[in-house]
Amino acid sequence: MIHFVLLISRQGKVRLTKWYSPYSQKERSKVIRELSGVILSRGPKLCNFIEWRGYKVVYKRYASLYFCMCIDADDNELEVLEIIHHFVEILDRYFGSVCELDLIFNFHKAYYILDEILIAGELQESSKKTVTRLIAAQDSLVETAKEQASSISNMIAQATK
Amino acid sequence: MDSIMNPFSSGTRLRDMIRAIRACKTAAEERGVIRKECAAIRTDINENGANYRHRNLAKLMFIHMLGYPTHFGQMECLKLIASAGFPEKRIGYLGLMLLLDERQEVLMLVTNSLKQDLNHSNKYIVGLAVCALGNICSAEMARDLSPEVERLLQGRDLNIKKKAALCSIRIIQKVPDMAENFMSPAASLLNEKKHHGVLIAGVQLCTELCKASVEALEYLRKNCTEVLVRILKDVSNSPYAPDYDIAGITDPFLHIRALRLMRTLGQGDADSSDLMNDILAQVATKTESNKNAGNAILYECVETIMGIEATSGLRVLAINILGKFLSNRDNNIRYVALNMLMKAVSVDVQAVQRHRATILECVKDSDASIRKRALELVFLLVNDTNVKPLTKELIEYLEDSDQEFKGDLTTKICSIVEKFSFDKFWYIDQMLKVLIKAGNFVKDEIWHTLIVVISNALDLHGYTVRSLYKALQSSCEQESLVRVAIWCIGEYGELLINNIGVLDIEEPITVTESDAVDVVEISLKRNSSDITTRSMSLISLLKLSSRFPPCSERIRELIIQQNSSLVLELQQRSLEFNAIIQKHQDIKSSLVEKMPVLDELAYHNKKSTSTPANLSSGKTSQVTFGASVKLPNGVAKSPAAPTADLLDLSSDGIMQPMSSGGDFVHDVLDIGFAPSPSSSGSGIMPYSGVDALLDLLSIGATPVQNDLLASNSISTNQNNLSSIPQLERSSSVSSSSAPTGAALSVELLGGLTTNSSIPEEYAPYPSIVAYQSDTLIVTFSFSKQPGDPQKTCIKATYTNVSPNVYTDFLFQAAVPKFFQLKLDPASSNILPSSGNGPITQSMVVTNSQQGQRALAMRLRISYKVDNQDKMEQGQVNNFPDGLL
Repeated sequence: MIHFVLLISRQGKVRLTKWYSPYSQKERSKVIRELSGVILSRGPKLCNFIEWRGYKVVYKRYASLYFCMCIDADDNELEVLEIIHHFVEILDRYFGSVCELDLIFNFHKAYYILDEILIAGELQESSKKTVTRLIAAQDSLVETAKEQASSISNMIAQATK
Repeated sequence: MDSIMNPFSSGTRLRDMIRAIRACKTAAEERGVIRKECAAIRTDINENGANYRHRNLAKLMFIHMLGYPTHFGQMECLKLIASAGFPEKRIGYLGLMLLLDERQEVLMLVTNSLKQDLNHSNKYIVGLAVCALGNICSAEMARDLSPEVERLLQGRDLNIKKKAALCSIRIIQKVPDMAENFMSPAASLLNEKKHHGVLIAGVQLCTELCKASVEALEYLRKNCTEVLVRILKDVSNSPYAPDYDIAGITDPFLHIRALRLMRTLGQGDADSSDLMNDILAQVATKTESNKNAGNAILYECVETIMGIEATSGLRVLAINILGKFLSNRDNNIRYVALNMLMKAVSVDVQAVQRHRATILECVKDSDASIRKRALELVFLLVNDTNVKPLTKELIEYLEDSDQEFKGDLTTKICSIVEKFSFDKFWYIDQMLKVLIKAGNFVKDEIWHTLIVVISNALDLHGYTVRSLYKALQSSCEQESLVRVAIWCIGEYGELLINNIGVLDIEEPITVTESDAVDVVEISLKRNSSDITTRSMSLISLLKLSSRFPPCSERIRELIIQQNSSLVLELQQRSLEFNAIIQKHQDIKSSLVEKMPVLDELAYHNKKSTSTPANLSSGKTSQVTFGASVKLPNGVAKSPAAPTADLLDLSSDGIMQPMSSGGDFVHDVLDIGFAPSPSSSGSGIMPYSGVDALLDLLSIGATPVQNDLLASNSISTNQNNLSSIPQLERSSSVSSSSAPTGAALSVELLGGLTTNSSIPEEYAPYPSIVAYQSDTLIVTFSFSKQPGDPQKTCIKATYTNVSPNVYTDFLFQAAVPKFFQLKLDPASSNILPSSGNGPITQSMVVTNSQQGQRALAMRLRISYKVDNQDKMEQGQVNNFPDGLL
């Protein structure tokens, strides 16, 4: 089971956090601080796994972003690397060669995509096409609602564009 | 335009807020922007305006991600979820999952909205609700909404089905009792052959069910094993499928999850394992291993083969895959291989041993995660035949290893050496190497053990002290090396000078007496030495002053230099030792005599009780070398124990251990005194215990047990009184407080024993063997009269195990003054041979200070064998706790 997903920039800024196990607000910031310290300081040639508090954290760097997932000690680390890559590829398809700025200004979109890939810390869909299709369908639902709706809901939709 | 309409609302768009935050140059500036935004959002919330709710929540999520408090926005999520449109619900559910967690009570308020949305006609809205439920539901919500989820699980929409399946996993995790409801819907999910999303979710749900309930495991094993094999076969043989293809493999995720469920189903079940063998062999042989995806499958496959009742051929195949992994250049692959091999060790050690050389290379890897795994694995692989080369490699590597890895490595090497120390010479040699290379990383208990072993290796004393002396010349910065060396030079100084007991392999060295003193002086004065090392140096000097009379004056000066030390401990030792050298030449030589051999068994027993997790604890028998046999109870103890006690106060001055209770002294006696083999005679050995004490205190043995060792000497101390007052006069602490040494020692011992036992009246007490020799066994059994706890009836049984008949058998016993002893006549005075017809005798012991002082008893047994007088003496100190 994946306990949480973290996206950290090279400067240590958090770009996305998703918690599938209960962590209090305090614990969350502690975990983030602790892990970003460890991960950002690791050399490039080292393996992508860190043993941490009885769990394992699998991380992979894509350009300026570190994608990290925390799993149980007996989970398959190599597969988690594939899940991270799966997520990145779908982001890439959705945004069209995704970059960190896309994830900053459209962070909620990144969350929507993640919610189509993982639920309860387990993998939901292995087909990139299906995920992209489902997201597109929901986006267009929002668009339609926006067009149909009054000026008020129009304004609300604009805020999240 | 927004801000014109409502000047108090948060006028900025989300995008503008993010830009403004990103433009901040300092943290304070960022806080300012966020404070302003939050204030605007709060105003909006208070006015309950729906216009900006959507945008405000999006902003709050961003602010939340930066780590600022956003609890005031939680209710906005609920409002958005309750609104009708999809866009509002979408952002509302996202906010719910982000800003709340299952432990917040607000979450309960959403249950109703969730229930409505789970029954919504729009499948995307249902999808949002299921997703939110799966990610954050609490146990209560799981119970309330589980019927809806079960219904969705059996619905027609495949995308909802897969979401519902994963949501069920969370429900089962929260409420395991509900597992049975999901059994058959879960099994039917596996029939959706076309939709991998449903298959993956279904397989995961089945795996979770097996974990949650045995009944579900049986059910799924019976109904799903074949289906599962079919699924894996299909996906593994599938032609190119662009939707699911990763590096030429169709859906590695489905592969891996199917393999994992197989492992759960096949574990400990031969029939289902049989069904799986073929497909596992196929996956293990045919999967491409040049990409990560393929390796991930192989890794899972190996784990499944190891987990189920696979054929032996399959297991060999699995270990070979791991061997290939180990030689892979990718660190990730090597890491998982090491991980897997740890598990494989319990299945097939020999197969893993074949890869030992490669594993050893991994210990030297530049990657900390790999090094750690490899070291643990090496530790598991060490056995009698490979321990020497392995240790050699590890010790050689110790020099080049990273500082932060040295600690781990040292600990592991030490426990390996200790675990396989059949040969003392080898043990001492290896430990010396470790001390030289990484003495600063050696834990206290490890070098304590080393000293115990050195003390027992009588023929190696000379070699050890010379090697240590040589080592000290080159690596004097390794703290524990210095300590062990100083201890040994103090003990075996004359062996160092006179080259006694030179082994063939040794190069002869010439060391003069003043050279030896030099070394100790350096360690005493070195800035980096801590108090322990300095105290040990002082003791060592004291000992050397007696071993090397010509240097005595120089040593005294060295000791005197410390009397102005700022450290109280050193100052006190310096004054006391000076007094001993100056005023008590007559007793000095016996006072600083060589330490008796330390008892390994007792030391290890104590160590294993104090540190149950200690690696060597299970191996105590291997570590002891046979020199130390637990003494039979009746053997007369040397009467030095009370003296040792006195000195503890007078010469040493470490007060904390005393005030923390008697354990410490017990402890000292336990290692230092009781086991001394020379004490097995009944003769008087006044000072051996003193000696032991001085040294043991200074190496700081850890106080642990409450055995009543100290009490045994009460009755014997009188023999020894003459020497005590003298010592006492030299004491800086206790001389005025006690008129005679005897009184003081009794007092001290009395204090000790009171801590250790709370008497339980009328409790049945176990019989003990009070005395045992080659020819005679005396057992005691106990009973108490109700209402008179001070009185104990002892029934003694004497058994003659020799082939000769004893005549004129007479048993005598003596107890301390505060006891009364009444001895009834024995049943006979002729004791037949070979254990036939034992004699019994009863006695009554009355303790006038019941509960305060424990009983010690001396025995004298006389008899005639073939008209020759024989006598045996002993002491009983193992009376049951709380008896007297």
